[in-house]
Amino acid sequence: MAAKTLFNKIWESHVVLEEPDKPTLLYIDLHLVHEVTSPQAFEGVRLSGRGVRRPDLTFATKDHNVPTHDRSLPIDDPISKKQMDTLRENCNEYGITLFGLTTNSDLQGIVHVIGPELGLTKPGMTIVCGDSHTSTHGAFGALAIGIGTSEVEHVLATQCLRQNRPKVFEVKVKGKRTQGVTAKDIILSIIGHIGIAGATGTVIEYRGEAIEALSMEERMTICNMSIEAGARAGIIAPDEKTFKYIEGRRYAPKGKDFDDAVESWRGFKTDEGATFDKTVTLDASSMAPQVSWGTNPGMVTDVTGYVPDPDTFSDLNSQKAAKSALSYMGLTPNTAIREIKLDRVFIGSCTNSRIEDLTAAAKIVKGKKVAQDVRAMVVPGSQMVKSEAEKEGIDKIFKEAGFEWRESGCSMCLGMNPDILAPGDRCASTSNRNFEGRQGKGGRTHLVSPIMAAAAAIEGHFVDVRELDINKEI
Amino acid sequence: MEPLQIVSGTVAPLDKINVDTDQIIPKQFLKRVERTGFGKSLFYDWRYNDDGTENPEFELNKDHYRGANILLTRDNFGSGSSREHAPWALREYGFKVIIAPSFADIFYNNCFKNAILPITLHRSTVDELFLKVYSTKGYSLTVDLESQTIHADHGWEIHFDIDPFGKRNLLEGLDDIAHSLEHEDEIKRYEENMVLERKWALPN
Repeated sequence: MAAKTLFNKIWESHVVLEEPDKPTLLYIDLHLVHEVTSPQAFEGVRLSGRGVRRPDLTFATKDHNVPTHDRSLPIDDPISKKQMDTLRENCNEYGITLFGLTTNSDLQGIVHVIGPELGLTKPGMTIVCGDSHTSTHGAFGALAIGIGTSEVEHVLATQCLRQNRPKVFEVKVKGKRTQGVTAKDIILSIIGHIGIAGATGTVIEYRGEAIEALSMEERMTICNMSIEAGARAGIIAPDEKTFKYIEGRRYAPKGKDFDDAVESWRGFKTDEGATFDKTVTLDASSMAPQVSWGTNPGMVTDVTGYVPDPDTFSDLNSQKAAKSALSYMGLTPNTAIREIKLDRVFIGSCTNSRIEDLTAAAKIVKGKKVAQDVRAMVVPGSQMVKSEAEKEGIDKIFKEAGFEWRESGCSMCLGMNPDILAPGDRCASTSNRNFEGRQGKGGRTHLVSPIMAAAAAIEGHFVDVRELDINKEI
Repeated sequence: MEPLQIVSGTVAPLDKINVDTDQIIPKQFLKRVERTGFGKSLFYDWRYNDDGTENPEFELNKDHYRGANILLTRDNFGSGSSREHAPWALREYGFKVIIAPSFADIFYNNCFKNAILPITLHRSTVDELFLKVYSTKGYSLTVDLESQTIHADHGWEIHFDIDPFGKRNLLEGLDDIAHSLEHEDEIKRYEENMVLERKWALPN
């Protein structure tokens, strides 16, 4: 039998129908839904009388709009409230499990945080959500694709998706990363190297010893930002760490079913000799902590580096884009990254809001104080992450240092809720997009890892975390 | 969906690479539960000043580009989020065709569901079109989807490639859910096998 890639194995096991000149009809094992991209899709299946084919394979949460303040307070924004109420009504009408602010509220969280932690995300599956960061679930060896609202409606009605077969892009990260270089720095380095459209039309398979060495949560950070390189999805082959992570979780197979599942899951890896459409190799041992300086996630450099001079860029369009980015960001060429002063720090988002992220940041913060004039906040990715952190006393460390400790949600990653930057505010953010206005109109976002964000909160400017003691006990 | 066959009209330039969906429609406008009402918020932060008045520097606010239904732009248009609010806003504003050297994947797919034809042309052709748009006030094109050609008044003509399935859906204004539901039997059969072969994929 011909050697196959991990992607090909998942794809082929989900083909419902192939017809000439038409995209493949692919079966979807899990459909995750949130309040922003679903109301029009539910309206579509209601008006057409098609209904929801598999409510048992559909799970919903409220995350984008939710305020992260005290949940006993009312929601101020009536339009946000309506969108959230609409999701609850749709879930009730079609019998879909909802993790909301009152229903199952202890399990609510960012859709890409709760899928894995509830054991819904498993190897070899196809997973979709009306959200580009669905790629996160690829960390488990699942094919996880972000879709638009019309496709959400298609999946609600048919449990299938029409897709043209993407190409497969091998991104190999060899070597061993040095202390202080996190999964976030690896993925930002990858995007900086291949560019924000470098993976358009492809599914990335991340491979190599630096990837294998990552924890499950770190792998989620990597796969999460596949879309920032333009990819349809990112995947990492499952291994013992993956199986161990899944075991015992709420919706995971139990007992003998789990053992049988692991047996099947072991087959979801790229065969020796399988070929990729494209390959790139990077070396983790030469990577440094990354900081973005511009208005897209490919505009990154080492923390020890400098804001680039747009005139040194190769083509005219890139020069223009870099000039416009620097003007928006209020930065001058050749400024040392470590001299950039900050107004805000945000630790959160589907990229970096899990327990390992918060623990690592807390180690930096412990016993110190947030710099004067800096407002810093931590937004756990889910209520489960929040309660685990509180059990370990991590909340206290942050609060004593002067951080705000919030309820879970997408928060300031996209500012659809009350958490936004004021015009001109400069923020070190663990989120995934530094587009103009992303965190609030006129807001200036620098993408960094959680430990880089924590260190920047304490010093008031970027610092090289490799110079700090980051391994001390909490 | 309204069928799209021939589009004739003014071309508006948006001379930037990597225009992301946060620029096409900023997040504060994503809270509606309808598919309509997004056109006025298209390119909001570029189009309007802080006081809500129009920014006269922004191309689409210039008189000769008002009413344009073809948007000419640069590489990687529509990058970023999956929000279908982006094509909803573009279509409601009036754009039926977008020409660029490349598009982001999810945005590209979303266009076909919303009566927008995304056309990929070679970079040098796009450069040439930008020159023409800038040198001729009211420069217009005619796009014929059936024959996959773009024409200009002075005899200029070029062929473009398009996915045949997307083309058919646009030409006929088809709802592809209806098409997929014609294969109900195949879906059912797949589900029956799935329970046997991939029980682990189901939520426990």
